[in-house]
Amino acid sequence: MFWQMVKGALIRQRNRFALIALTVALGVSLASAMLNCLFDVGDKVNQELKAYGANIIVTPKNSTVLKDIYGLDSREYLNEEELGKIRTIFWTNNIVAFAPSLEGSLDSMPIIGTWFNHKMTLPTGDSFETGIEPMKSWWQIDGRYPVDGTNEILVGKNLAAEKNLKLGDRIENLEIVGIVEGGGIEDDSILANLPIVQSLENLPGKIGSIEVSAITTPENDLARKAAENPNLLSQQEREIWYCTAYVSSIAYQIEEVISNSSARPVRQIAESEGKILDKTQLLMLLITILSLLSAALGVSNLVSANIIECSRELGLLKAIGATNLGVILLVLAEIFIAGIFGGIAGYFLGLGLAQIIGQTVFGSGIANNLVVIPIVSALMILVLLLASIPAIRSLLSLEPANVLHG
Amino acid sequence: MSLLELKGVSMVYNGKVRALDNIDFKIDKGDWVAIMGPSGSGKTTLMNIIGCMDKATSGEITLDGISLMDVTDAELTQIRREKIGMVFQQFHLIPYLTAAENVMVAQYYHSLPDKDEAMKALDRVGLADRAEHLPSQLSGGEQQRVCIARALINYPVLILADEPTGNLDEANQNLVMKIFHELHDEGHTIITVTHSTDVGREAQRRVIIEHGHMRESED
Repeated sequence: MFWQMVKGALIRQRNRFALIALTVALGVSLASAMLNCLFDVGDKVNQELKAYGANIIVTPKNSTVLKDIYGLDSREYLNEEELGKIRTIFWTNNIVAFAPSLEGSLDSMPIIGTWFNHKMTLPTGDSFETGIEPMKSWWQIDGRYPVDGTNEILVGKNLAAEKNLKLGDRIENLEIVGIVEGGGIEDDSILANLPIVQSLENLPGKIGSIEVSAITTPENDLARKAAENPNLLSQQEREIWYCTAYVSSIAYQIEEVISNSSARPVRQIAESEGKILDKTQLLMLLITILSLLSAALGVSNLVSANIIECSRELGLLKAIGATNLGVILLVLAEIFIAGIFGGIAGYFLGLGLAQIIGQTVFGSGIANNLVVIPIVSALMILVLLLASIPAIRSLLSLEPANVLHG
Repeated sequence: MSLLELKGVSMVYNGKVRALDNIDFKIDKGDWVAIMGPSGSGKTTLMNIIGCMDKATSGEITLDGISLMDVTDAELTQIRREKIGMVFQQFHLIPYLTAAENVMVAQYYHSLPDKDEAMKALDRVGLADRAEHLPSQLSGGEQQRVCIARALINYPVLILADEPTGNLDEANQNLVMKIFHELHDEGHTIITVTHSTDVGREAQRRVIIEHGHMRESED
């Protein structure tokens, strides 16, 4: 009988219940799109932020000590052959790119040896393409990047202006194929393939530092404590820290695989990434909450209008002996059935919306996170209950005598 | 002992408007009483109080041995469900349920819906063949008879009819009054509230209510 009454009401007032379903669908679609983005945005935003360059610098351990204490540059080096080990750490998939650097001089001009777009074979046998080209996306190159293994070079914009160097010119046997403007020391230097500088400096197989770009998790108290000294962590804290992609734990793991090295997070970039990510996620959370609140308001108005329209029928039920709870359950069942249909439609609509957001903002799809389903379901129930409060209040105050004889 | 007894019952709205003033009224089991009076006389107020849909401001009311002044709203609902069958002027059938289902709704809130019982009640008012029709497919008289079947389904001690023929033509009015006579003959206790002298005359006893005061009819 109960379901017959619910079914009858749903069919008879299908337009109003369709509007309730539509309102819930709109709210849930935005909420599920935002939540899917929220769960996936960490990686996406991090990926985007990699455009701002390396967030970890690896240098020889002693040089760091000397520089920290005495401000001196030492003549310590890292081994080029160990570079591949960076891609063997626990968080290997979070290493987006890295590039070695070796400074020297050529005809009294500073020269930096590096990888532009270097294809390397990792100790695992996999191949990996890396270098400054994927890492320094904001660099403006007039010309092109040098090809790996050639005598082609880039010249910084300031240096080129000072020495009147142009594309196609040669410095000794090195051909200028690009003029670079990046806002850093590269503007005043020559950038060449690493072996050229190693040969010039007579340092075969040596590098001065490594810039690493890694996808990291925003820092928290644990990460900050570990950054000071990982040895101060308890065993449990250490395990959590080590198995979380904090910039400090990735740096620590790099130190473990590169001998005699000191890996330091570029704190400003790491913190900026964390802040931008936090703010992006907060924004999405706010949109989720606001969309659900809007849906609640819309549903509330529709349900209240419905109660007014059906007040005689509901009053009759009370007059023939229905309790307040019985009438409320009947109305809630109608609202929830309409809401569930709307919620299901809204969820799938939200998946589509998330893909549009992903493609538009990040240029790639957003992963469908199954955790969103129970969260959205719980939020939808909350919204429907919230939206039903005014209706429940008016049902409680509905006097059969007033609506049946009035 | 009377089935229903009102002693000094008053109903005052907003502390000023005295809709019922010191009413004394008694009805025994098996009686058929018509409460008559013009619009605004207090008939509906009295019916709401007797029908457990409202509480009097003062006085004593006893229905089937239960004092209606000392009960909670929930208990009032229970008394309404178990003791009273209501017939309305405007029928108040649920439009998306069939005639049988409309009768079964009252059963649902009382105990358990039983279609056979509902069919017997419809048969009792001559509507067994219209059981699967929606209210919109029934005439006014038929709808009122469904309303009577719904009022009878839970075997109430009191049938309370508010202007039961107010929306009916003469033929249907006669049909409905015939059913009330049959119910009375079977021993049902009936109160009809009406402003119609003709309908009032059908009852065994008539009381007049005017400006909140009640008196027995002289005719």
